[in-house]
Amino acid sequence: MREVNIPISDEVVRSLKVGDSVALSGVMVTGRDTAHKWLADTFIKKTRPPQGDDLPTFDALKGFLSGGVIYHCGPVVSGLDTKDYKFVAAGPTTSIREEPYQGDVMRLLNVKGVIGKGGMGLKTLQACQEVPGMYLHAIGGAASWIAQTVTRVIGVYKLDFGVPEAMWVIEVKDFPVVVTMDSHGGSLHVEVEQKSKSVLDELLARG
Amino acid sequence: MQDLTEHIIELIRLASTNLPPDVEAALRKAVEQEEPGSAARGALETILKNVELSRSKSTPICQDTGTPIFYVHHPEGWSTRRLREQIVAAVIAATKRSYLRPNSVNTLTEKNTGTNIGDEHFPVVHFDEIEGDTLMMELMLKGGGCENVGAQYSLPNNELGAGRDLAGVRKAVLDAVYKAQGQGCAPGILGVAIGGDRGSGYTASKEVLYRKLDDVNPDPKLAEMENRLTKESNEMGIGPMGFGGKTTVVGAKIVGLHRLPASYFVTVSYMCWAYRRRKMTVKGDEVNYE
Ligand code: SF4
Repeated sequence: MREVNIPISDEVVRSLKVGDSVALSGVMVTGRDTAHKWLADTFIKKTRPPQGDDLPTFDALKGFLSGGVIYHCGPVVSGLDTKDYKFVAAGPTTSIREEPYQGDVMRLLNVKGVIGKGGMGLKTLQACQEVPGMYLHAIGGAASWIAQTVTRVIGVYKLDFGVPEAMWVIEVKDFPVVVTMDSHGGSLHVEVEQKSKSVLDELLARG
Repeated sequence: MQDLTEHIIELIRLASTNLPPDVEAALRKAVEQEEPGSAARGALETILKNVELSRSKSTPICQDTGTPIFYVHHPEGWSTRRLREQIVAAVIAATKRSYLRPNSVNTLTEKNTGTNIGDEHFPVVHFDEIEGDTLMMELMLKGGGCENVGAQYSLPNNELGAGRDLAGVRKAVLDAVYKAQGQGCAPGILGVAIGGDRGSGYTASKEVLYRKLDDVNPDPKLAEMENRLTKESNEMGIGPMGFGGKTTVVGAKIVGLHRLPASYFVTVSYMCWAYRRRKMTVKGDEVNYE
């Protein structure tokens, strides 16, 4: 298990390869469907003018995400009434839904790590090579365990998206992930898919 | 009529935070099969630590607490209208206590209701009247990630070379497992319905997941197919989380439904390792959880 601190330098990104287990520590931001769509529409495609608190939110996010990590997660959070937030359950959500946006978001904000589950596609893999960055697979469903690695909730943006969709800024210690897409074009998902496909073809032929 | 609201809250707490023993046993067996030091083994070890932690702290096993699916088997004399009201009240209370994440989104306005209550299909509640004097309420929390990789096939399917028989069913199910890869939080459990129409097929493919993992299908042909599907799914080497490895599914459950002569559906509901289902029985003042 390799220990990696956020922000992550290009050297560290380049040194990590598909299959490496990593314990992450530092500050990261959660973001899923609504957040990615908001970033893409407002700041990349610009099909929607910034409004409300969009601009200050974007500035604040830039600070956290440059060299940083975005986590595909819709947490269960306690203390919503008192704003004394605590992460109760915080496993990853399926990442592929963000495939249309992720590469551009990585480039826009210089994001070094994307955490989620299930892997992502070629557009994101391409961005991983360019930025450089990597896709880090968390353990799907291990929500209590991961929540325990969240040592502090620093703040929350866009809470009006709803608790799961809001962008939570959190500090973590030893958050466990596996590198499944690296900055050298490697993807464990492609490997496993190809291997399983050849077994499937054999099984189908067996009748 | 008795007010079961508090008991239903407890049922929800148990389901969300305490993985059933048969599922945990299957995961413990799976760990031993994976190579020491592999990502697959690491994933299962983290999963098991998570299961223990959730149980001891009464926190959700997974943050996606899924669609709550209730089956209420009640003796004569219970009002299903009032039982539904109690279920709704319990779901709201359980959400407040963070046993459930607010998960009910209005598809047209995109607003999350914040309470886990939506229309008459959210939460899902089925009632049926049974003989005897014991009410039984079953609850399953069906996660979204694994629900998304569920699939329905209309046989024959030429691409797979799948005809309208058990051999064809096998091919369809294996294809579904391959397509799911790790996306449904493997290792998974397969609920399979053969026949029915498109709607009843999906319903039955979830109902069959209320069975215990270690029970044996009373139909010997289906029992054999359940074992074969489990074994062959694992041969594909997709592994926990799709990291590659020996454990892709830990069980398959199949049910056959009557169908129209013109139709032959195979419906697969994929259940993630966070296989959350619990049961409560009520007889007079006596309430038991399983
Ligand atoms: S598929 Fe299951 S374990 Fe995975 S995130 Fe969804 S509910 Fe949790």
